[in-house]
Amino acid sequence: MSSMQTNEPHSTNKLTENGTDTLNSAYTVRKKAELNILGLLEAINHTYGYDFRDYSEAHIKRRVMNRMAISGIKDITELQAKVLSEEAFASILLQDLSINVTEMFRDPGFYRSIREKVIPILKTYPFIKIWHAGCSTGEEAYSMAIVLQEEGLADRTTIYATDFNQHVLNQGKEGIFSNKLMKEYTANYQLSGGKESFSDYYISDDNNVIMNQSLKNKIVWANHNLVTDSVFAEVNMILCRNVLIYFNRKLQNNVQNLFHNSLINGGVLCLGTKESLRFTDFHDTYAVLDEKQRIFKKKY
Amino acid sequence: MNYDAIVIGVSSGGLNAMKIMFSLLPADFSIPIVIVQHIGARSENIWIQLLNDKCNLEIKEADEKEEIEKGKIYIAPSNYHLLIEQDKTFSLTVDERVNYARPSIDVLFETAAEAYQERLIGVVLTGSNNDGSKGIKRIKECGGLTIVQQPDTAESSYMPESAIATIQPDYILPLEEIIKLLIEIDIQK
Repeated sequence: MSSMQTNEPHSTNKLTENGTDTLNSAYTVRKKAELNILGLLEAINHTYGYDFRDYSEAHIKRRVMNRMAISGIKDITELQAKVLSEEAFASILLQDLSINVTEMFRDPGFYRSIREKVIPILKTYPFIKIWHAGCSTGEEAYSMAIVLQEEGLADRTTIYATDFNQHVLNQGKEGIFSNKLMKEYTANYQLSGGKESFSDYYISDDNNVIMNQSLKNKIVWANHNLVTDSVFAEVNMILCRNVLIYFNRKLQNNVQNLFHNSLINGGVLCLGTKESLRFTDFHDTYAVLDEKQRIFKKKY
Repeated sequence: MNYDAIVIGVSSGGLNAMKIMFSLLPADFSIPIVIVQHIGARSENIWIQLLNDKCNLEIKEADEKEEIEKGKIYIAPSNYHLLIEQDKTFSLTVDERVNYARPSIDVLFETAAEAYQERLIGVVLTGSNNDGSKGIKRIKECGGLTIVQQPDTAESSYMPESAIATIQPDYILPLEEIIKLLIEIDIQK
């Protein structure tokens, strides 16, 4: 037989021992770590006003552990003390906890569906307000501005791009992105049904591109925190993609309530392609426009 | 010892490995299996459907907030990390790639180890990078059972070799033997 087994006695033990002692101590260690992280999140909320208490626990724990490893911090108590005494360090941890991974025309099929299924609805309105909640550095807000321009709706539309992280909002407002990303973004744009030359939408130098002023003019950047702030505006369409996956069920429900109150009847809600209304109270208050791309229409 | 979940990491050569694995699992296999397979960011998950047709158990893409149930096989969606929460539900994230991968095996393994502690089995199969090594180490530290595919029987030996270089696994076996072992453990439950 070609198989090898290592640690044979240990392995056999593993399958038969009752393991009560290890179980108890592991349980205690785990409970202690959870309490410590909750304590840290309470302290951050109390001191800086950013509330991560209802974020996905596994995600927060990973990010916190990563920061501790990078900064050579031995336990949560030490981390907490540093967060509360050093504002610069707190700012680093806040950046760690807010995810800002995004791209232009992310999920090209989604933008194709916007062109085919949503634009005809938007065309029926004299003025269109679009809220991009959790916009991060704005790549998707610029993508939407491009679609609206190509569909002849730019003149009557305003995109409100919001995030709770002022740092990424400032970046979005500048509209400067790395030149290296443009190859991938161009491919996304073409897959999404874009027919123009993508490079016409920005001016580039060796390292960076800057988005055209005509696109920038369509976007209003504002600080808004989905966890702690209330209704932002009455809008025709909300995009909030890959933000709610970071929240627990309770917080997801609160935010869906906020969205429901912000949308006009017949308004359109766009979630990330793996997000759903399934575990919220709002499952029945929307009709499905595109199941796969998670585009919904608020019922009258 | 009873085990509540099995996590499996597989990269290049994975589709063949999964075909073999799924054909050998009986319909009454009860421990839930969660798999990260490295796959292109734009991949549609039609292959999950194809595998499903050849398997006695239900294979599905893991949904966010979904509860992990017995007798099911869950596969991480492409372009998302898959995490397991303390309440044994899934979370998805779009955080940066880990080991050039999203989904990353380490992310699944590390969070699963936190959630299940010693009631977890971690399996590293064929692959050509070192994703999974840190994760299997975490599983061992938390008291879980660790299994690695015997490198010379893997389509791509690098990932199993990397795992073996990181920890001493409880078992190093060819794929068919791994499945036999898992079935044995499941029956003992």
